[in-house]
Amino acid sequence: MGESIAVEVRSVTKRFPGPGSRPGSEVVAVDNVTLQILDGEFFSLLGPSGCGKTTTLRMIAGFEHPTSGEIYIHGKPMGLTPPYQRNTNMVFQNYALFPHMTVARNVAFGLEMRKVPKEEIERRVQEALAMVRLDGFGSRRPNQLSGGQQQRIALARALVNRPEVLLLDEPLGALDLKLRKEMQLELKTLQREVGITFIYVTHDQEEALTMSDRIAVMHQGRILQVGTPTEIYERPSCRFVADFIGETNFLEGTVQEQEESRVTVLVDGLLPVIAETDHRLPRGARVSVAVRPEKIRLVPEPVPGEHNTFEGRVEQVVYVGTATLFRVRLSPNVSLAIREQNIISTPDSRAYSWGVGGQVHVAWLYDAGRVLTD
Amino acid sequence: MISEQVARKTSLWELLRRRPGLQALVLLLPSLFWLIVFFAFPLLIVLVYSFLRRGPYGQIVWDFNLENYGRFLDPLYLKIFLRSFKIATLTTVFCFLFGYPMAYWMATRPRRWRNALLLLLMIPFWTNFLVRTYAWILILRDTGLINNVLMSVGLIRQPLPLFGNDFAIIVGLVYGWFPDMVLPCYAAIERLDFSLVEAAQDLYANELRAFARIIFPLSLPGVIAGSILVFIPSLGAYVTPDLLGGAKSVMIGNIIQNQFLTVRDYPFGSAISFALMTLMLIAALVYFRVGGRTL
Ligand SMILES: Nc1ncnc2c1ncn2[C@@H]1O[C@H](COP(=O)(O)OP(=O)(O)OP(=O)(O)O)[C@@H](O)[C@H]1O
Ligand SMILES: [Mg+2]
Repeated sequence: MGESIAVEVRSVTKRFPGPGSRPGSEVVAVDNVTLQILDGEFFSLLGPSGCGKTTTLRMIAGFEHPTSGEIYIHGKPMGLTPPYQRNTNMVFQNYALFPHMTVARNVAFGLEMRKVPKEEIERRVQEALAMVRLDGFGSRRPNQLSGGQQQRIALARALVNRPEVLLLDEPLGALDLKLRKEMQLELKTLQREVGITFIYVTHDQEEALTMSDRIAVMHQGRILQVGTPTEIYERPSCRFVADFIGETNFLEGTVQEQEESRVTVLVDGLLPVIAETDHRLPRGARVSVAVRPEKIRLVPEPVPGEHNTFEGRVEQVVYVGTATLFRVRLSPNVSLAIREQNIISTPDSRAYSWGVGGQVHVAWLYDAGRVLTD
Repeated sequence: MISEQVARKTSLWELLRRRPGLQALVLLLPSLFWLIVFFAFPLLIVLVYSFLRRGPYGQIVWDFNLENYGRFLDPLYLKIFLRSFKIATLTTVFCFLFGYPMAYWMATRPRRWRNALLLLLMIPFWTNFLVRTYAWILILRDTGLINNVLMSVGLIRQPLPLFGNDFAIIVGLVYGWFPDMVLPCYAAIERLDFSLVEAAQDLYANELRAFARIIFPLSLPGVIAGSILVFIPSLGAYVTPDLLGGAKSVMIGNIIQNQFLTVRDYPFGSAISFALMTLMLIAALVYFRVGGRTL
């Protein structure tokens, strides 16, 4: 483990010729990306479709080369090094298992190419199959396996080579939800056991939060924020991150005053909301305050001390099993989404007493709100 | 009366609907008729003839014997059979050597180019086969294009022996059956999932090994199909050796033609035809076995 850097992406830009293949019509798939991924880390690249995640991963693997910038693996600049000379392995989204070889031959492929002695190949293939709990499947063909099993073979085929870095491009994308959840945990456990650096591409924010040590959020080829799941979720750096990861209420307003990291924002000209920031903000600046629905409570009375607390009217109540979702209007232009855990299950529980049209109070801690400047 | 007819009609429909086997038979009837009358029946005649004997005036003598097949062992014919095999094999090999890279190149062009390339490959073959073969005479003979050019630049004094031999036949056959090799190879390569090649490269295989271990094995059914499509007609070829091979280079096809049209030994011609067909059938079966396994 340690703190040494496994992969460094330094100011990398990748342009593809556009559909017209005229000089002007280029697609900037990756735009000046800089990342440092630590040894033994489970690092995720998270972002919506088309944001450049796959391109970034393929550049680390060596299938694409940066238009500008450089990629270092354990300090060595990769330049135009082809994939077969890089000590990285990739798990492809469609698995890319070789259909004309048995499972065992698939797993052995990398070792054979590296001219590892026969007995050692045999042993390591067995170990790898055992690791993904598919021992005894060695003589099957890939098309005789279920999706989840193929996924695990793809993983074994990569891990058997003990790469310095394992690259995974939405490896669970093709699986159904339940299997996906199982595999998420399995992958995470496996990564801890083998201690190999994982760079994991996904557009599923929940998946990234569940599995990662750190996450980089990408949008339109750029990195917007890099941080631990808690940092990303609790202290989003911009509106896109706050919106993409989980759900968020955005309250638009102007800065009234700032005391250290605490800012008072006048929302809609009448609601003074206190929230946190890392920046110095000038008085009168237009900002938005982001508050997660589950951080807001419905209360019968205003809550004193360290809380933003306002009166409002319930507009909507939706029961979703684990929680009840409310929409409460604070002013003609401001309404909040609120998520209350269904702690009590009786029909006349507190959650139900706030019916549509009822007058309520809402409250959330000052710390729960983040001031975003974009 | 009327209701009875309706009832019978519906019951015929019912019958067909309930018995899919009968349905299939009804649908197959026209083509079955065609195959029996124009294929199976003539084939049977050839088979029967091959066990008979030629009379002094070329007529058929109904005297059952195996002598026609025995004549294959005559060194004269044996040599021609072997030469035909050699020529067909070399033709197939050269078709593969030129055709596979071409198919690979075509199949890896951007999608919008591929159909145009296929068309370009096919266009020359819309010209009549005989005309194209004659064109080769003009290119290969002693006073032909190649020898004229080479002699006029002074590279050679005597014309190269390009015409009237096995070489000329192979050139003609390779040219003639080239698309039959390219097309199946192209189809197999085009269908290939190139992320498998990336996966192989990711697993430390360089371009050459990725080709040898992934691309080639996965396109093998196409190669085998192409080889059979080239080998079979090459083995039975008679126009090409007739025009390009001259008097010395004769192939099985020419003997068959000779037996039927010149010597008028129908039984012997039939025996050769039948033996040739059996060989081709075996080749096709081998293909389906191998193809079925790797697909
Ligand atoms: N080979 C290519 N040629 C041209 N444009 C490309 C190429 N590869 C990717 N792009 C473009 O680059 C951008 C980023 O693509 P990329 O595949 O990296 O996105 P992604 O984040 O992986 O998306 P997804 O979640 O849909 O897989 C897209 O606009 C895509 O169209
Ligand atoms: Mg992608």
